[in-house]
Amino acid sequence: MDLNTITAVAHPQTRAQLLAWTPGDAWLAGGTWLFSEPQVHLTRLIDLTDLKWPALAITEGHLSIAATCTISQLDALSCPADWLAAPLIGQCCRAFLASFKIWKTATVGGNLCMSLPAGPMISLTAALDGICTIWKAGGGEQRIPVAEFVTGNQRNRLSPRDLLRQIDIPLAALKRRSAFRQISLAPVGRSAALLIGSLDDAGGLKLTVTASTVRPIQLSFPKPPDASALRTAITEEITDDLYHTDIHGKPLWRKHMTLRLAEEIRAELLGATPP
Amino acid sequence: MSFEVNGTNFPQTPRAGQCLRTFLRELGHFGVKKGCDAGDCGACTVLLDGEPVHSCLIPAFRAEGHAITTIEGLGGEHGAHPMQQAFLDAQGFQCGFCTAGMILTCASLNQAQRTDLGAALKGNICRCTGYRAIEDAIHGKTNVEATVEAGGAFGRSLPAPAGPDVVRGTARYTFDTAIDNLLHIKLLRSPHAHARIVAIDRSAAMAVPGVHAVLTHEDAPSVLFSTARHEKDWMDPEDTRILDDVVRFIGQKVAAIVAESEGAAEEACRRLKVDYEIVPALIDPEQAMMPGAPLVHPDRSSANRVADAQRNLVAETHGEFGDVASALATSAVTFEATFHSHRVQHAALETHGGLAWLDDAGVLNVRTSTQVPFLTRRALADIFQLPMDKVRVFCERVGGGFGGKQEMFVEDILALAALKTGRPVKLELTREEQFIATSTRHPMRVQIKAGADADGRLTALQLDVLSNTGAYGNHGGPVMFHALSESIAVYNCPNKRVDGFVVYTNTVPAGAFRGYGLPQTLIAVEAAIDELARQLGISPYEMRRRNIVRLGDPMLSPPESDYHDVLYGSYGLDQCIDLVERAMQADTPQPALSPEWLTGDGVALTMIDTVPPAGHIADAMIALNDDGGFDLTVGTAEFGNGTSTVHRQIAATVLATTVDRIRLRQSDTAHGGHDTGAYGSTGTFVAGKATQAAAVQLATELKAAAANAWLCDAGTCAIEGEFVVSGVRRMSFTELATLARETGRPLVAYGNSEGTPRSVGFNVQGFRIAVNKGTGEIRILRSVQAADAGVVANPMQCRGQIEGGVAQALGAALYEEMVIDANGRVTNPKFRDYHLPSFADVPRTEVLFAETSDTIGPLGAKSMSESPYNPVAAALGNAIADATGIRFTAPPFKPDRLFPALHDKFGD
Repeated sequence: MDLNTITAVAHPQTRAQLLAWTPGDAWLAGGTWLFSEPQVHLTRLIDLTDLKWPALAITEGHLSIAATCTISQLDALSCPADWLAAPLIGQCCRAFLASFKIWKTATVGGNLCMSLPAGPMISLTAALDGICTIWKAGGGEQRIPVAEFVTGNQRNRLSPRDLLRQIDIPLAALKRRSAFRQISLAPVGRSAALLIGSLDDAGGLKLTVTASTVRPIQLSFPKPPDASALRTAITEEITDDLYHTDIHGKPLWRKHMTLRLAEEIRAELLGATPP
Repeated sequence: MSFEVNGTNFPQTPRAGQCLRTFLRELGHFGVKKGCDAGDCGACTVLLDGEPVHSCLIPAFRAEGHAITTIEGLGGEHGAHPMQQAFLDAQGFQCGFCTAGMILTCASLNQAQRTDLGAALKGNICRCTGYRAIEDAIHGKTNVEATVEAGGAFGRSLPAPAGPDVVRGTARYTFDTAIDNLLHIKLLRSPHAHARIVAIDRSAAMAVPGVHAVLTHEDAPSVLFSTARHEKDWMDPEDTRILDDVVRFIGQKVAAIVAESEGAAEEACRRLKVDYEIVPALIDPEQAMMPGAPLVHPDRSSANRVADAQRNLVAETHGEFGDVASALATSAVTFEATFHSHRVQHAALETHGGLAWLDDAGVLNVRTSTQVPFLTRRALADIFQLPMDKVRVFCERVGGGFGGKQEMFVEDILALAALKTGRPVKLELTREEQFIATSTRHPMRVQIKAGADADGRLTALQLDVLSNTGAYGNHGGPVMFHALSESIAVYNCPNKRVDGFVVYTNTVPAGAFRGYGLPQTLIAVEAAIDELARQLGISPYEMRRRNIVRLGDPMLSPPESDYHDVLYGSYGLDQCIDLVERAMQADTPQPALSPEWLTGDGVALTMIDTVPPAGHIADAMIALNDDGGFDLTVGTAEFGNGTSTVHRQIAATVLATTVDRIRLRQSDTAHGGHDTGAYGSTGTFVAGKATQAAAVQLATELKAAAANAWLCDAGTCAIEGEFVVSGVRRMSFTELATLARETGRPLVAYGNSEGTPRSVGFNVQGFRIAVNKGTGEIRILRSVQAADAGVVANPMQCRGQIEGGVAQALGAALYEEMVIDANGRVTNPKFRDYHLPSFADVPRTEVLFAETSDTIGPLGAKSMSESPYNPVAAALGNAIADATGIRFTAPPFKPDRLFPALHDKFGD
């Protein structure tokens, strides 16, 4: 929609040019949320496009995803064969409530910064041990795991004027065997629970719970848990107040779906019979 | 800056915060539609460098240097794009408001996406079709019949006359026009559920550059009216002012700002200082009639047609035939339960809004998105004390209605602003305003008691209804009366009792909605029929057969009605039940399901009077043109209901010509005559009858004119293939037109229909479903609907109406839910939080027609717009009960709402 209070758009090309931030400014990445709701408190958009951050880069140890990388760009990444977790990328892109038409514009960073419980890029990057790099307002950088970056429903660790620069995914995480489960109130609706499990080399299980909870919650099991141990751990770690409530799912149901999907993941990764 | 749109360069520069959607429209590309303005519906889809995007989310400046293609440019120089042609061949649209975005998206899908249309099309909402016709278009299926012989149009699957314009994006809807000197209106809305306006300080608002007027209750006539539009004004309470000094729900309009731009008007709204005195609000309808409850309209009385304002009671009804209590006491089986039907929104993709201006003759013109132009004109003339001929109300193609536009929500403000400023004005509601400040379906609590004897004959039916009409009483009474009428009149039962109450609350008003109350009571009545049958071990089909009214049976619901004009013009309910039962028994492949999935069948039926009571009027005029074709003028509006197609079919059939020879003019008070409006499924049954009468009269006059020329008896004349013939003599319509011109006796005829007597139509819905006892998810395995529409005027369109009705009803039964918090605020006023059925959500429905011919309707046809919606939630509830053994009584039947009871019964 038209943002009628916006009177100017800045197009910085370097980090130095970002510093002229004033009240009423907002970062503009894809803009797919920004332009979807009235923003009457804003007067200027600072377009991040001309910073020309490379969308995706694979280094020796990491997959680096620029905050401005679009969902389409990430979805189109052709992954090496040993990235056993690569299917998670497509699965999480398809978990968007928004269609492929939005993926061309919406960004990975934007999804993280919105910090909605159902943000599927949060699910993906949290499950893959992603690390956020934040350009601090006063200069310098801060690195925070994605799972700690999001602190609640539409809450995160960004301070005013901070900018999410990129998310680095350790290649080791991409090489883990993984399992994905998602449920919503409608066949292609917003995620009400999105769980990702993965197995490390030592046989340990890592479970990332998103969408059903107000923030990502990770549970690690150094030894493969049986069904009962898994259930107990979830029940203890995820207290009832952590389950999210809104029109897309009542907390009681989200809790039971979390338990259910977690067990499905455990069974898929470890086999139906606990060792 | 320079923007390339459809191959043409535009030098204009967008505003800094402007989105591409409005920029393209400002450049004249009106095919780019606004459904939500928030990226959820896809109506604004355009191609950016060949890739589909939602233009409402794209900052306009970012499109610089990229090739933009709108629907108008999709076909290029070679005419229509194959996908445009495919949508035409399959008639993959109804109102057509989503069509541009749908075509652009479908045309962009790759092979992989085409194999999973549910995912590929989740960003495109169609509120009308139920998606089957869209799927047909994608698969290249042709649904329209090719050429039809002269005189043979009725009963054939002819395409909508507007189709070519719809698929090209050139069909004109309400806002698809550029007007010079236009001013924009924005409304300041109440943040309080109940408050008195103590003072309004306009100074800061007026100081905003570009603001021309700030209109408040001080500027508005003090006249009380109802936003509901009915042929008879006495049907609704007078409780509404254009702008009031009391606000009664969050979202009620407080003031209107008229300014050079929407941005300036919005800014002035923010600066307008309103001093409110907040008073206690009534949110819970259960509290409405209790002593001490806040009073929503304490100053109204029976003189304003409010039953008892001191109890917040808008209307009530009570009546009993026989003795229900005694019958229940002695029945072999009984059932008693309380159902709650929730608040849902029409969600027509075109929001409410319009344009108004004074022309050189001093006539107030209002171009608006309405189902009722004539009744709106009457209301405006009354409120502003203008002669009827000084007000013109008309609509272009309307982007969906579903009852929501049988109201006057914007035309009053438009008229006030145009009259005050003397300038053309525009008011286009946002999607959020649609949710918080137009109307919804009436939420109802329905208590049912029912009994049957050991043979399965109903002994007693009792309904007790509490309907929540919100802050204003528009449609409150009529919806309740309708809800308590056909729902039980369709069953023979010696003892019937109804009690109904409609109450005010300080919440967004409820109004007319497809089905008009029947779906809310049917879910209870049809559940009772099933539960009694289950107790007796009788099949649900057989139980219904034993109790439905048969041809000639009195159709009774207490109290004694003032109307005795409902007749069996035809009767096909028995056929509908048979058709559904047979189809449900047919062997069809079913997906393999794990044992967690519990399957069950459900059926429900509905009867509907083909016309609302107390008069529904339509005039039609038809004239022979010089070219031998005809100009047909009707008042009824086209909003995807397909009546434009049907009117041409009726006229062409009567005049033994082809539909392309009938030029239709419609829905404009300037054309003269009267038309009550396109509601109550009357576009064919009432207005079509007027068209038939006009065409029959014109045929008579054509024959008389020829007979006069030939000096023969008109009785020897007949019309065949665009000629009047008598023996060996033949005179073409063109020759007749020449003759008429030469003799100075134009060949024009008028037809009228008063909407009485009325007939009855029937629908039966069957579902086979599976419920996952571990998650609460529902899958629809089979959906069948049989309809008794009399002689089906246009099978393709009628099927579309039924599929669309099923889809919309499934939305309400499975997903859609307006949530109002304890303070009276709508908490989810956007599509992403109000889940409309998308392609993936809607099963294909097998549509079957009873073979009947109505003695009252035009050429044997009956109405079929609202009623397909009515039995769906009831049938689904019955199927869930069959699958799970649990009777759920409060839709929507979402997994999280079903889960607790499933978990209690079945465990983990």
